[in-house]
Amino acid sequence: MEVDSVFYTDRSGRVASNPLLDQLPSYQSLLYRRKSSTSTNKRKGSTRTRLSSSGSGKWGGSTVRRQDEKQKAQTEQRPIRELAKTMAEKRRNKTQQLEEARDLSSWRQWKQNTRRNLRKLRDDAKDWLSSLQLWRGDIHMIEGMFGTGILSYFSFLRFLVMLNLIIFLLMFGFVMLPIIIASHSSGNTTYNQNDGSVCSVYPSSARRGLVIYHEHITDLLSGGGFLEQTYLFYGYYKVDKIFFSNATYNLPLAYLLATIAYLFLSLIWIVKRSATGFKRSLVSDEDRFQSFCNKIFAGWDFCITNENAARLKRSSLLYELRTDLEEERIKQKIADRTRKEKCRIYLIRLILNLFVIGVLAGCFYSIYVATIFSQEAQAKYAKGNFIVDLIYEYLPSIVITLANFITPLLFSVIINFEDYSPAFEIRFTLMRCVFMRLTSIGVLLFSLWSQITKCGDDPCICGYNHVLYSCWETRVGQEMYKLTIFDFIIIVAVTIFVEFPRKLIVNHWECGLTKWWGQQEFAIPQNVLEIVYGQTICWIGTFYCPMLPAICTIKYFFIFYIKKVSLINNCRPATRPFRASRSYFFFLGVLLIGLALACLPVAVSVAQINCSQACGPFVNYTTSWEVLTTTVYELPDGVRTLLLTLSSEAFAVSFFVVTCLAMFYVIALAGAHKRVINQLREQLVMEGRDKRFLIQKLCQAQRIPSVKSPVSNSRHRSSSSSSPSYHTSFSNNFNEALFLANSPPDSSTHV
Amino acid sequence: MGTTASQIGKDRLAEYQELTFLTKQEILLAHKKFSELLTKDERDLQNIRVPMETILTLQELKSNPFRNRICHVFSTSDIKNGSLTFEDFLDLLSAFSDSATLEIKSHYAFRIFDFDDDGTLDCGDLEKLVNCLTGETDDTRLTSEEMRQLISNILEESDIDKDGTVNLSEFQHVISRSPDFVSSFKIVL
Repeated sequence: MEVDSVFYTDRSGRVASNPLLDQLPSYQSLLYRRKSSTSTNKRKGSTRTRLSSSGSGKWGGSTVRRQDEKQKAQTEQRPIRELAKTMAEKRRNKTQQLEEARDLSSWRQWKQNTRRNLRKLRDDAKDWLSSLQLWRGDIHMIEGMFGTGILSYFSFLRFLVMLNLIIFLLMFGFVMLPIIIASHSSGNTTYNQNDGSVCSVYPSSARRGLVIYHEHITDLLSGGGFLEQTYLFYGYYKVDKIFFSNATYNLPLAYLLATIAYLFLSLIWIVKRSATGFKRSLVSDEDRFQSFCNKIFAGWDFCITNENAARLKRSSLLYELRTDLEEERIKQKIADRTRKEKCRIYLIRLILNLFVIGVLAGCFYSIYVATIFSQEAQAKYAKGNFIVDLIYEYLPSIVITLANFITPLLFSVIINFEDYSPAFEIRFTLMRCVFMRLTSIGVLLFSLWSQITKCGDDPCICGYNHVLYSCWETRVGQEMYKLTIFDFIIIVAVTIFVEFPRKLIVNHWECGLTKWWGQQEFAIPQNVLEIVYGQTICWIGTFYCPMLPAICTIKYFFIFYIKKVSLINNCRPATRPFRASRSYFFFLGVLLIGLALACLPVAVSVAQINCSQACGPFVNYTTSWEVLTTTVYELPDGVRTLLLTLSSEAFAVSFFVVTCLAMFYVIALAGAHKRVINQLREQLVMEGRDKRFLIQKLCQAQRIPSVKSPVSNSRHRSSSSSSPSYHTSFSNNFNEALFLANSPPDSSTHV
Repeated sequence: MGTTASQIGKDRLAEYQELTFLTKQEILLAHKKFSELLTKDERDLQNIRVPMETILTLQELKSNPFRNRICHVFSTSDIKNGSLTFEDFLDLLSAFSDSATLEIKSHYAFRIFDFDDDGTLDCGDLEKLVNCLTGETDDTRLTSEEMRQLISNILEESDIDKDGTVNLSEFQHVISRSPDFVSSFKIVL
């Protein structure tokens, strides 16, 4: 509590009344807003009389009356339910509005009525849409038990289910449906011709002769064998053009455009969803000022209904507050560091960062080696053991999963030595984990491509290794398929074989080790990274395996129920809570990084790498992108010139320059606004002090003639000094009576 | 003019829909829950007022540390005992519903946190607020040193005119920049 040099505030900062202060226009306008809280006409009457009776408030009275009317006009325009009043008052307002509306012209009446009806229609539509939402009851229950942090994970999962479903419908509608329709209706289809060259040799991988059952399982798990020649993979789509009665359907073009469309759609949907979160996060990160207010005023989740959860929430809030207060103290300590200490810390950080880079490089190298080994083992068609075969197939996935399991533990140990502030520690570790997870997919793809485009010592005839990879897109699709399946298996296995036993052990066996291990906590960041990893694989793989989004939809559907059951039975809420708002922004941010990462391989393979000549829709073209350029050249003149201009360098450069200029302008504007806000804040503070100073002087000046006032009056005045005053806390030193030339009636000091 | 008759009339329902942020389903569900709090005879009476202790047996309010304050704020009883009629209950749910505006929520949040009902949040209010959040027993409270540091931080962040208290507009300003408020200030039946 600052020691005000102008006023002395007592220990509790209790406001004392001051009739002068109560007459200020700003107080009166707030009073009008608060008037609704206790709905008595008497009160309204009393304030009105106070206004009229305060002679010194004549100027104040007129401004208040103007504000009165302005408030009234404002409330008229707003829907009634947005007023903070009791039901009875709202009803009265409504009848008042209706009466007034009757006086209006019929045009206005009609306008108001339509507005009201539209609003009702919109509300009904929103109702109906929200009742269709998937898993509403389950999510509500989770919210009640665990709070909004974990809730955001589950609503994120729901979002991904919907996204994958839409992507699948897109691919199905534009690529698979025409083929199915054509085969049933009268459409003629032209297939890609086998032109006899060496590049278009495609040995069938279907199994011949007697097939043992476990080979079926191997096929199912690895996407090979009988699955290879199905709609599942790129290689099956051999259709070139479909001739319907009045139109030609160019399937390769549709395939390419559908790919671009689903990436674009995902981008737009994610950005739209995160728009509000972005803005808020930027604002609250800019001025790091709000953390305490946010924790105290918005700290309690009112949707918690479980007694246990409430108790845990309380303890987590306590922990969080204590940590934040301690962090403030640590920040102070950091600012006080000597130069020698700083050098030491920087040296340690450098060494540890180099160590982290070394670990990452090691992991990536092992993924590379595993991929090459796996590809070579598959190429040999070694008819070894069934299990060994599967392991060779899944070797990259196994290595990636192991790396992603070990590295977070390592990072969280290392970060302790780097001596950052606690909040930064968490964020930095998380960033490292995100980088590890998403780059491991990139490394896998890179090693695959290095295999595909390697033809011994000579450059490849067909642009790719046609002997080993006659249909390389299908192989890439199979790898993505295997990654998805393995990811799902691991999640299920960890839940069944690690989390449930952990709960049983910790609950039934008391010893030091189990106490240290403790009950499972639902670690939101790791879980989110898991599903973002799965989604990135889906985005990359959809081009090579068009049914992958459907598989991912089903996978996430089951993951929801598995995670929910595990959460309810095995987990306790986290001690370190994950803020709901921040977390949603974090989820969508990581998802965007995943999307950006997914676009890169798809773009490179569409534009750079020669598509296989033996399978797939793009046989007649060198690269997949060529189909688009060919179609553009066949378009009518005007459209073609337009499209060519749009893709020319001149346009791109000028567009880039214009975007940069716009960005600089917006940044400058934001900086200017921030400066203005700071100035206004300072001005507000000064105005407040000015006001208090002036009022004190005024009271002092009035005290001199009032010394002769009767004592009884002063006693009465001080006893009624409990009125709610909105502005300042005054000294209780003014125990003498303070009253103005025209003192207001008694009832007005108590509101 | 409330109802606790066994059915809500259609125009009554439409009126409630217009005057609150609740949907039809939510109003009917609220009516059902409210009727469950009444005894069999009370159900047929109009405008019945339910005492605070009964309201606090609701699942949604039972574990809430602010349950007493909530009842006091939304109660329209003359003797200020925290009892609620059905319409008060609807007002309560409306302010806590998903579609309520930020202004309504912050207005009622301010009144809930104003423990001494004096129109501002001063140190005493803030201290009681923090104690509600962390727990009432001795080992779950902050030490007085920590409390002092915390309250000075809060006032530093929110008290614009530096008078030592947070008034309604300062509170609304802080809330408008608080990202978690809307999602946490929510009760759904």
